[in-house]
Order: sequence, then structure tokens, then C-alpha cells
Amino acid sequence: MTLDEVKIGGLGASRRRVEDNRFIRGKGNYVDDVVLPGMLHMEIVRSPLAHARIKKIDISGAYKIPGVRLVMTGEMMAARNLGWMPTLSYDTQAILATDKVRFQGQEVACVIADDPYIARDGCEAIVIEYEPLQPVVNPMQAVAPDAPLIRDDKVNQTDNIVFDWEVGDVIGTDQAFAEADVVSEIDMHYPRSHPSPIEACGSIADYDRSTSKLTVYMTTQAPHIIRAAVSLVAELPEHMIRIISPDLGGGFGNKVPVYPGYVMSILASILLEQPVKWIEDKSGNLISTGFGRDVYLKGQMALRNDGKILGVRMHTDSDHGAFFADAQPSKFKIGLMHSAFACYDIPNAHLTARGYYTNKAPGGVAYRCSFRVTEAMFFQERMVQAAADDLGMDQAEFRRKNFVRDDDFPHRTPFGFLTDSGQYEKCLDVGLEAIGYDDFLKQKEEAAARGRLLGIGISTMTEPLGAGNSREYDILGIKMFDSAELRVHMTGKAILRTGAKTQGQGHETTWAQIVAHELGIPAEDVVVEEGDTDTAPFGMGTYASRSTPVAGAAVSMVSRKIRAKSRKIAAHLLEVSEEDIDWELGRFYVRSAPDRGVTIQECAMAAYSNVPDGMEPGLENNAYYDPPNLTWPFACYIATVEVDPLTGVWDVLRVVAVDDCGVRINPMIVEGQIMGGLTEAYAMANMQFITFDADGNCVGGNYMDYLLPTAWETPGFELHEVVTPCPHHPIGAKGIGECATVGGPAAFVNAVIDALKGTGVRNIDMPLLPDRVYEAVTQHHDVSGAPPVKTD
Amino acid sequence: MYPSRFKYETPSTVEEAIGLLHDGGADAKILAGGQSLIPMMKLRFAAPGTIVDINNIPGLDYMRTESDGTFRVGALVRHVDLERATELKDSQPTIAAAAHLVADPIVRTRGTFVGSLCHADPQGDWASCMVALDGSVVAQGPKGRRTIGVDEFVKGPFTTVLAPDELAVEAVVPKAQGVRSGGYLKLERRIGDFATAGVAVAIERNGDVVSRAGIGLTGVGSRTINAEEAAAAVVGQPLTPDTIERAGDLAAAISDPRSDHRGSADYKRHIVATFVTRLLTSMQPTREQSTEERVA
Amino acid sequence: MTSLFEEVAPSEDDNIPVRRVEVRLNGERRAAKVEPRLLLAHLIRQGFQLTGTHTGCDTTNCGACTVLFDGEPVKSCTMLAVQAHGHEVTTVEGLATASELHPIQEGFKDEHGLQCGFCTPGMMLAAKALLDHNPNPTEDDVRWALSGNLCRCTGYQNIVKAVLWAAEKLRDADPGAAEGGDE
Repeated sequence: MTLDEVKIGGLGASRRRVEDNRFIRGKGNYVDDVVLPGMLHMEIVRSPLAHARIKKIDISGAYKIPGVRLVMTGEMMAARNLGWMPTLSYDTQAILATDKVRFQGQEVACVIADDPYIARDGCEAIVIEYEPLQPVVNPMQAVAPDAPLIRDDKVNQTDNIVFDWEVGDVIGTDQAFAEADVVSEIDMHYPRSHPSPIEACGSIADYDRSTSKLTVYMTTQAPHIIRAAVSLVAELPEHMIRIISPDLGGGFGNKVPVYPGYVMSILASILLEQPVKWIEDKSGNLISTGFGRDVYLKGQMALRNDGKILGVRMHTDSDHGAFFADAQPSKFKIGLMHSAFACYDIPNAHLTARGYYTNKAPGGVAYRCSFRVTEAMFFQERMVQAAADDLGMDQAEFRRKNFVRDDDFPHRTPFGFLTDSGQYEKCLDVGLEAIGYDDFLKQKEEAAARGRLLGIGISTMTEPLGAGNSREYDILGIKMFDSAELRVHMTGKAILRTGAKTQGQGHETTWAQIVAHELGIPAEDVVVEEGDTDTAPFGMGTYASRSTPVAGAAVSMVSRKIRAKSRKIAAHLLEVSEEDIDWELGRFYVRSAPDRGVTIQECAMAAYSNVPDGMEPGLENNAYYDPPNLTWPFACYIATVEVDPLTGVWDVLRVVAVDDCGVRINPMIVEGQIMGGLTEAYAMANMQFITFDADGNCVGGNYMDYLLPTAWETPGFELHEVVTPCPHHPIGAKGIGECATVGGPAAFVNAVIDALKGTGVRNIDMPLLPDRVYEAVTQHHDVSGAPPVKTD
Repeated sequence: MYPSRFKYETPSTVEEAIGLLHDGGADAKILAGGQSLIPMMKLRFAAPGTIVDINNIPGLDYMRTESDGTFRVGALVRHVDLERATELKDSQPTIAAAAHLVADPIVRTRGTFVGSLCHADPQGDWASCMVALDGSVVAQGPKGRRTIGVDEFVKGPFTTVLAPDELAVEAVVPKAQGVRSGGYLKLERRIGDFATAGVAVAIERNGDVVSRAGIGLTGVGSRTINAEEAAAAVVGQPLTPDTIERAGDLAAAISDPRSDHRGSADYKRHIVATFVTRLLTSMQPTREQSTEERVA
Repeated sequence: MTSLFEEVAPSEDDNIPVRRVEVRLNGERRAAKVEPRLLLAHLIRQGFQLTGTHTGCDTTNCGACTVLFDGEPVKSCTMLAVQAHGHEVTTVEGLATASELHPIQEGFKDEHGLQCGFCTPGMMLAAKALLDHNPNPTEDDVRWALSGNLCRCTGYQNIVKAVLWAAEKLRDADPGAAEGGDE
């Protein structure tokens, strides 16, 4: 009898999550839940100033407090060659400031004590004298004639520019603009935002002198990369380092980099020979760890009167803060910004990019996206809307006219990526039908006659997910493959380990589903483990929606290796030659006599009890998967809004999402990812941002100012799907975790701008705070730039 | 985020609390709901030497309307008590409208009405309501009790006229001079956000004629603002679009907001005018009362 | 900790006042000696080692630390442990019995109302407080009642569905309760 794949929790089953069994009971195991015997606690002293020279640090007061065990300063770190550490982008970053502080919130000292209350008392007792320096808070100030040099620690750095970079065809693009009927232009700012998982960062370092082994429990999305980094920074042998990433309370890119707090806890544990726990507070997390975005764009589009896009020019000015610590592929200085316009058939494009140092926190992490893809797709879809408006064309029609057609794959994008699959027009049609596009346009017109402002925003995009393929991608030279190791026990149960690291995506559930699909072993018979570098195979971790495209593919491949060996065992058990047997889910059978067969479980037993002569016993293997290409999911997000012209407050009426992420392993989990992503998109469009005042003080350094939407504000979502399998992924899946965060913001912003159509307003920069919308409505002009913080 | 050390006292009578406050001096703080004080202590913006926790004093959790219509709220009445008191919709419409807009639902189970008045945060919702209602605070000290109008009670940002050894034991809303209507509107970007601007309105009418009016403004100055002139503009006649508009303009004019990341000063003034107009318009007899309207 | 042995600090600072706190935690009597400045969340987590109660922010916004205090939801990071003396505290560990999950827990699992799980205990306790007061909530009632708790993963839609799922299940189990709740 053939197994029912959905019943055994295989592909396509909305299997309820295995990990939930502990989370709903409060039995998760997050870093702060880990308690080691003799554990001490660390707290950090941070700079109150954005730019200042450190004149004097007096730590004597801290040592007077009973229970304070150790105080560390930059000077102490530097004496151990740990003043600075390398970043993921070939720059350096201070661990504890030595010479000067370069952003508000920078780590200046830390105190290790018997409990965290005493450690905080110790921090309060440290007296630091600063000499304030002029702060630089945006790219414009960074290149002003009198701008102070932020990175005076770097020998060859004479200005505040991090890089100049370009990609595309400048000559072809110039020609396209020369031939254009209409040139559409728009300037925008994508404000600084923070991934802000509810759980902040933390670590427990436990150095054991007797074994020379360092064990670190920490909040990391990429434990193996951390192991390598710790080995290099702290000069410890890699095999003596064990990184354990337990349950993570969200990540969203925030938990990819190496942060000073981790390194300090490690050094403290080595010095004290006791476990040292550091649990970051929320403000520390928001003001000092990897932010996302903070990019200015100048965009131009060359258009023909009939609506055809002939070429695109983009220039970005990106603010990287005091240290260039972006998590991104080494080759691409502004990440995958040049993935823009991949879903449109555009012959010519050119992108120039300049990066700047400022007195702000370092980062530029891929906040729920692949390396700058969120900015790319936001700019793309805002430019597309502006162009359609400039041409007087319907938004949907303009997109339809320029989409890459279904029969045009593989398609080379104007910046050189290769897209391989998609049904863009179909997705758009599903979305338009779901929202009732024509009806809404009528409704909007009728409402306008009564003074009400309704708007509809469309955002369509394909984005490169699943970093990466090793031709194009590496981080610090390490290729971006991933891995899986599968051990099938003799009773047919199994343990699977991968180099990825779940943070809520449900790997413990979905990886088992892939094994079920490939081997017919019920998902409930497969336990999944990740995050312990002593047991998991090497992998690059989970971010950039790469788990399913890369580690998930490795799970398929290792399962297939197990199946190949099982086939030999089956042939042996059935006493026929391998060529004479066929596979159906969970069972090999003799082709000529289908009733004669053995199950995968019987093969597993035989692997330990009855292998053919010359075969190694056992049934386990591993696979390292280097994907041939990125995966290219497509999405169409449509939002309708109503703007209150008297207050500038806008309410979301409906949100329709059509996602094509190829084959869905667990539809329930996929939909959960989409809804979470849409919420962050809505948050960025509406309220969530970090800005700075003229003195470089961070505004948005706690949850009173950095606003995440609650259940009340968050709109409801209507989800639809189209399935175009990925042609190169073993099970046809594509990444999905970030699509809605990437493509969503433009849908909301486009909707609000659409509501103001006819007033001359082309752009309001995010977040669309009521006062900015009100200003646009009443003054009939654009409201651009980082939200100002006046201190009148 | 860990508070610094303090001495912790749990008096069981008001008199004992006052004695402890007296002993603690300026360095002593009263802990009622703690929903503003404890966060400030965690951030070490506040480090009181003595905490006088009044939660164990019996008899302070009353909320009652007296036979003449005077409404009294004891020092341990939580926001949620007011939110759940459905009878207040008719007798205290301004308070009923604000009750579910204070902070967030979880904070409302601990935070207290009187504590919020004592905190004197210019962003506080209750002080605006009490200003609109011409309410007062009853303070008890070593020398006995005194009653202080809320407008006088709030001295400036986070400061009141309470002496260090005085405990605010009760808030009082006077009886209405006629039929009371009222409402509260707050522009907040998210539940639990500080108000970009908030407006409390209370009017009392005999027939159609407004006999008394009060307007309190939240978050548009360094303290809760009593928009007296704006309120006066609607008194002595029925509400009309003209008087309503005038009240809105006057309320905007007396606002003194700062430009910040929640909005420019001009915008906040505009919101004040808009909300005053919306609230008063909703109280016009021809229109259905909609004190529950919520913005943002 | 048994009474046979308790390690104490070698140089006990007599100036640090310590108070005894006795609470009924998930139905069980528990006692501890604490400094007054210890937050309730930390007493629960570090003191009584019930780590299901999480702390997510410093500013009383996120609600990850929500517990029931005499039946009402409170943010346990914004109460002192000493304030719990003589009171009842329910944490996520007190929702299920040894053999049975609470319907809210079942609902969260069945409707995929959680992803990373960090906000989940607070959400479930806020939901329990809602359903105790209002067994027939609308979607808006649920969204409103949970608006003091932040979730970063789910987008709330499935959390709302989970609570409505639990409400229905509780009503089916006890049709009488649907009449009023405890108000």
C-alpha cells in the first residue's frame, strides 16, 4: 500500500510544529535560561556621546562595591591585542573603545560581578571623562568641508567615505536615456531601522582551564561562523571552541554579526576561569547592534511613451555608521542592491553607490532580507509607481507591460543576475482579482467626490533568496554552501543535523518533512538538531532566507544518499539486482512483482544486521550543498488605505498577498512567515524607525520611541499563492522568510501616495507618520529625508 | 536593567505612610501602581532612597459616586477599575472615554488613577480629564488634609505641589451643573505610545445651553494645559459650529508643543484644534454622541 | 535547595536589607529571601527557576514577562518581588496540568500562533485574563486585549485565531461560562 505523504508529515503537510511542545509550556531554552554553576554576570558601560575623545576612565569606584569581580576597559583589551576586531566587511571595529567613542551607545567598559544588579551598580560607579568632538550624523555631513575624520584609527583613511562602487552598463544606459520620451525621477530615503527581535543578544562564556575548552552559549544565527571568528579574534584553536546557539527569541539578521559583548564575556571567562553571562538590555540592543537600511537613493527611469522602460539609473548613498560591519557578500559593496528590477525586462541599467562613515551605530545587517534587497525592491517599486504616474498609465498595466514573460526564462537581469522561473503576470492577476481592482478604482473615485482619500498600492517583485552560490558569494572568503547530516537508526528512526539555525522558522518541523518526502520515514520519527558546533556539520547559518534553498536542499541530498544505500540493501534483501527494483514512498519493490518489497525501516534494520558482503554497515551520511543559483520567489502585494485629510492618519483597509515561493514544504509555516513579514513591512511604512538629533543622540533607543506595532494596529492579511517550482532546487522550493518584508513596504507607501494622487505629491519618505502625511496633504509637496528631530 | 538599592517600607495605614515619608524626606517615593516609577528606577533615572509601598493600606481602593453626584477615586483604584466600570459611561463620559486609552491593557491593571496625577507627566491622560472636569486631589500630610484643584496641583513637568510628606489619598470630580457630556481623543502612533496630542473635553448643559465646559490638553506643553478660554467660548449658549470652531482655535493657540519625532509643533496644534472640534461636534444634540471614537 | 545546606556569601553585607517573600506560585507555596530591589520577573526566573517568563525590554512595553497576579495580567518586570508577598502568581508553567494542556496552549499550537516562542508565554497569559473576563470575545476584543504584548514573528493574525480557537473550546467544555465570565 502506498504511503499517504501528507499523513506521514511529508511535503505539503501543514504539520503542527514540534518545537511548540516546549514553547507553549514555557520550556524553551533561551540563552538567558541557561544557568551554569559559579556563573558571574556582566554589564556594559556605554558612551553617552556620539563622538568624543576618552580622556580618563576611573574604575576605582566599581571595585569598592562588594561582589564586583572584574572591570575591563579598552586599555585592558588592547593590552591583550583585543582592542579591535575584524568585521564581516573587511573593516575593523572597536571591542571596547580605546582612543575615542564613535557613536552613542558604544561599549567603553564592562563590569563582571556576582549578580547583574551588582554589575550594574559597578557600571554606575565608573567615572569617565570625555572631550566632546563634532558628530557626523548623515552622509551629507560626512563629506562637508569641515567634517571631522571619524576613522582616524585607520592609517590610509583620509575622509569619511567607506567605498565607491558601481555596476551595470553606463554607456548603454546613457544611450537609453538619450532615446527616452520621458525621464521619471525620484529621490528617496529608506530610514534606519532595527531588526529588534524581542529577545536581545546575550552570551555565556565558559572557559575551562583544565581542558582548554571554551564553550559559549550565545544568541547567534550562524554558530559556525562565530566559531571561526572567535578562533581568529581570540587566537584560540578552533577545535577547542564550542558554540551553542540554543533557542533564539527571533533574529531577523540582528544575530548574525560578532558583537563586542560576546568577545568581552569570553575574555572575562578566560581571565576569571568562571562562566560569565552577558544579557544585553533592550536599549543596548537598539542603539549598538546591527541596524538595517539607512540609504538615500536618487533614481531615474528612461521611458517610452507607450510605457516601455528603456533604462534605469540609480545612485545610493548609504550610511554605515562608525564601523563598516555590514553582513554581506564580500564582492558586493552595497549588497544586492543591483538585484533591483529583476522582474522587469529592462535592457540597460547602471548603479553607482557610495558608502559613508558617520557617528552612528555600525551595522547594515540584512534585516529580514538578503543583503540590501529590501532597499532595492522598495526603490524599484516606488520608482515604478512614479514612472507610471508620470506617464499617466495605470499601475497594473505599466507593470504588466514591462514584466519578464513566462517563456523568457532563464532571463539575464539588467545588472547581470540570472532569474530562472516565475509567472509574474499570473501573480498580479490573482492579486488584482482578490482585491477587486476595478471596483476599488470606482470606489476611490466616488469617495474622492465626497472628500475622502482612498488609495491602492501595488508592489511586485522577484528577489534573490538563498545566499548563495559560491561563484557569486562568499563572506570573508568562506563559500556560502550549507550542510546536513542524517543518521538512520536500526529501527528506522532518525536524527538530522544541519548547519542552519532556526530562530522561529520551524526547522525542527520542516526538515523532518523533507526527510519524510525523500525516504518515507514519518516526520515524527525524525528528530532535528541545530546550533551546536560540536555536533552539527559546518554551515553558514540562517539568514537571507537561505535555510530552505541551501540547508533544505542539503537535507534532500543527504536523504537521497541514504536512499541510494538503502536501495543496495533492498536488492540484497529481495535477492534481485538493483536494476530490478523500484522506489515508492517508503518502500523498494521488485518491478516485476510489486508485492515483493522491503520498507525503508526494514532496510535500516538490515544496515545494522544484514548488509551485503563488502558493504560498510550503518545508515548515515552527510551532504554539503552548493546551490547552482539563487532562488527567485515572486510576490505581488496590494494594499488599500484611507487617509484622513484632517489628521494625516492613514488606515489600512485591506492587504492582499500573492506569493510564489515554489513548492511549499509546510504551507502553514510558509503563511506564518508571510504574515510576519507583512507586519514588519507595515511597521516600517508606518512607525518603525531610528533617527538621530544634531548631537548624534539616538532617537529610537527603546520601545517607547522605537515602535513595533501591536495586535491592534496590525492589519489583517489575505493570502494567496501561485506555484512555480524552482528548476534547480531538489524539491522545487524557494526562499520565503523575507519576501513580505522586502516587497511589502512599497505596497503601503504606494497606497498612501496613490490616495494623494493629483495633489502633486510624489513622495513621502518612510515612516509615513501622520504629521508627514498631513504636511503633504495640506502643502501639496513631497516630504523627504530622515524624519527631522528638532530640539526647540 | 536593574534598580539601585533602596529601603522598602510597607505601611498599613495612611498615617504610618505619612510618617515614613516624613522620615524619608525628599529621597522617599511612594509606590502605588509603579508603572512609571519602576521603569524609571530600572533605567536608573530615579534612585529613591526609600520606597513607601502603599499597596497594603486597606480602604484606598474605593470608587464611588455620592448622592449629590460627586465622584471620588481612592489612591489604589487602578486604570482597569475605571475601564470596567460601565456605569461611568453616563455619569463620567470623559473618564470613561479615556480609561481604555491609558497606556496598554496590561499596564492598566496595575497603574493607578491618582498615581498618574501625581506623576504629573505632561503626556498623562488623566490630568487632562481632571482639568476638563475641574477635578481636584485630596492630599493628606502630618497637619491633616487639603484639597487642591488639579490645575494648581500640577506644577510643571513631573512636579506637583505635594509636600514630601504628603500622600495623595483621593481624586475628586465635582458634581455636574446640568447634564454632562464629554470625551477624550488621543493621537498615538501605537497602543502604549506617548500621545502626540490628546484632548479631554467635558461640558455640562441645562437644556441646550452649556453651563460649564472644560478642556484639558495632553502632550502639547511642559505640563497638562487647561484651555480655559477655549472652554469659555462655548459656555452660555448652545453648541454651534461657530463656537466649536472658536474653541478649537483657542485651544490650539494656548498649546505650547515641542517639535519632535512625533510631529512638528504646528501639527500638534492642528491636532488639538481638530480634536476639540471633533469632540464638541459629537456632543451637538443633533449628532449621536461618539465619545468612544478612537484615532490612530 | 534543601534545608541541609545553603551557601552564603563569605562577607555578608549586613547593610543590605533582605525581606522574606511568600507567594502562591502556580498553586504552590513558595518562599524566598530577597533584596527589595529584585524585580518579580527575576524572582520567578532566577529565584524559583521558572524560566518560561521572559524579559524582553526595559520599558514596560513588550509584555514578554506578563504573569497573572491575583488573576490579573501584570508585567512582572515592573513589579518588585517583595510586592508579591501574600499574593497569587500564575506563570506559563501553571497553565497546563501534568496530563493536559490548557486550551489556549492547544490553540497556539494548532493555529500556528507562535514562531520563536519568546513572546508566547506573555501572550497566553494575557489571553487567559481576557477569556476569564470575556468568554465570547470578538476579533477586535482579542486584538485590543493583547495590545500590551509585542510579537515580532507572527503578525498577530494567528495569535488572534489561537485565542478565538481556545475561547470556542472553553465554551464547548463549559457552556454555562459563555453567559458571563467573572465580571
